[in-house]
Amino acid sequence: MGSRASTLLRDEELEEIKKETGFSHSQITCLYSRFTSLDKGENGTLSREDFQRIPELAINPLGDRIINAFFPEGEDQVNFRGFMRTLAHFRPIEDNEKSKDVNGPEPLNSRSNKLHFAFRLYDLDKDDKISRDELLQVLEKVDVEQKMSIQFLH
Amino acid sequence: MFLLLPFDSLIVNLLGISLTVLFTLLLVFIIVPAIFGVSFGIRKLYMKTLLKIFAWATLRMERGAKEKNHQLYKPYTNGIIAKDPTSLEEEIKEIRRSGSSKALDNTPEFELSDIFYFCRKGMETIMDDEVTKRFSAEELESWNLLSRTNYNFQYISLRLTVLWGLGVLIRYCFLLPLRIALEFLSKHVHLMCYRICVRALTAIITYHDRKNRPRNGGICVANHTSPIDVIILASDGYYAMVGQVHGGLMGVIQRAMVKACPHVWFERSEVKDRHLVAKRLTEHVQDKSKLPILIFPEGTCINNTSVMMFKKGSFEIGATVYPVAIKYDPQFGDAFWNSSKYGMVTYLLRMMTSWAIVCSVWYLPPMTREKDEDAVQFANRVKSAIARQGGLVDLLWDGVDH
Repeated sequence: MGSRASTLLRDEELEEIKKETGFSHSQITCLYSRFTSLDKGENGTLSREDFQRIPELAINPLGDRIINAFFPEGEDQVNFRGFMRTLAHFRPIEDNEKSKDVNGPEPLNSRSNKLHFAFRLYDLDKDDKISRDELLQVLEKVDVEQKMSIQFLH
Repeated sequence: MFLLLPFDSLIVNLLGISLTVLFTLLLVFIIVPAIFGVSFGIRKLYMKTLLKIFAWATLRMERGAKEKNHQLYKPYTNGIIAKDPTSLEEEIKEIRRSGSSKALDNTPEFELSDIFYFCRKGMETIMDDEVTKRFSAEELESWNLLSRTNYNFQYISLRLTVLWGLGVLIRYCFLLPLRIALEFLSKHVHLMCYRICVRALTAIITYHDRKNRPRNGGICVANHTSPIDVIILASDGYYAMVGQVHGGLMGVIQRAMVKACPHVWFERSEVKDRHLVAKRLTEHVQDKSKLPILIFPEGTCINNTSVMMFKKGSFEIGATVYPVAIKYDPQFGDAFWNSSKYGMVTYLLRMMTSWAIVCSVWYLPPMTREKDEDAVQFANRVKSAIARQGGLVDLLWDGVDH
């Protein structure tokens, strides 16, 4: 596992990803081999079909939206950098990172970036606002119990 | 200079003693049990000790990692995330079940943050799911002290490094030479066995032109009179054999031989499938480090007065062919095996009770197929060479019915 992945991922790239996302060396190689195992077409990018092939993602009510979050505006393929950038949102916040880089750009896994990510799952038309329809759509998908209390909406 | 002399002899003595001890150990603990098929259980003990050491090493690493607050492999995951052991499907069912039961009492209200749960679950499956990961190599949960598998464990403590260093020492300086010695030895033992067989049959073999002996990556072709041909040729060199899988005594011998060297055995049904046979032979031949293949292209035992038409299969492959001619002197014992008349055991008995087996083996210079020759012509060329050398009649008939 390890040897195959590290020969295809160049060191400079690895360093850049490390700086951008904050993942450790070993985590990046681990995720790279996951990326290549998902990439059935072996062209270095993932398409929506590659994601949909994961069985547990298919039964997830928000599966499509999560997949969409990986692909930038209007594109159908995501490369490894983009993949890592999205995954970086989910990295836990470590205490020693808070005081690290006050002047630089906000780290991808900061609190507000995480909230932004969740917001984008609701906001389908990407107008930076959640309309009532958009909220109802998510409600339907996440319909966890039969009787929904929707009084607070009216 | 003179001062060195007493030390010199001391060192030589020590070396001699240690070598003797090593060889005795080797003999007693490895070779003798191997011959009798008995195991001392040393390997099992070795494995148990290794496992204990690996477990200790992993514990040390986890402790060390905790002190420095590093991320490590978590106990119930095989990946880089800490996952709950239940799957998404089960959790959804669980939520639906619990939701409908308390529908009237305290209706759990929808919150905007409810999607966090599904989002997280989805991300987890993208990173690592049970199904897709079955197709990649297994990740070890504990480190087995080989730096080849160490891609997530960094320097933790001095004691561990020392252990790792010791492991390296043992592996390279002890196990490696031991394994090489055993492999080397096995070749010689192999040869020895054949020579013993030859002695047992009181065979007097004269080898001619030994400089033309077959080399690696070639095919050795000989005329076939009896299974003893095999013994005769094999006692003078290492070959990989090609032949049909026989039942009975021959089968037992064949299975034993396979353990020692890489041979290519075929099932009767496969023999009819020429392409498969040719493919396997080509693969074997192309590997330059493999032993030369020994083939008897007549397909059956001939009574040693003539050479029948060679089957062209072995000549199609295109490797270098080393022809060998074997001629028995019939005065002392007729070595011909008429497989339709006698079984193997009867044949052996006859062999054992004859006066002696005298034969000559000629190693002919290697031949390769020329560009304008097809396999049949090449086969005939080789056949005539063998026939001429052995003083046998060169026949055009086929020994086997199609």
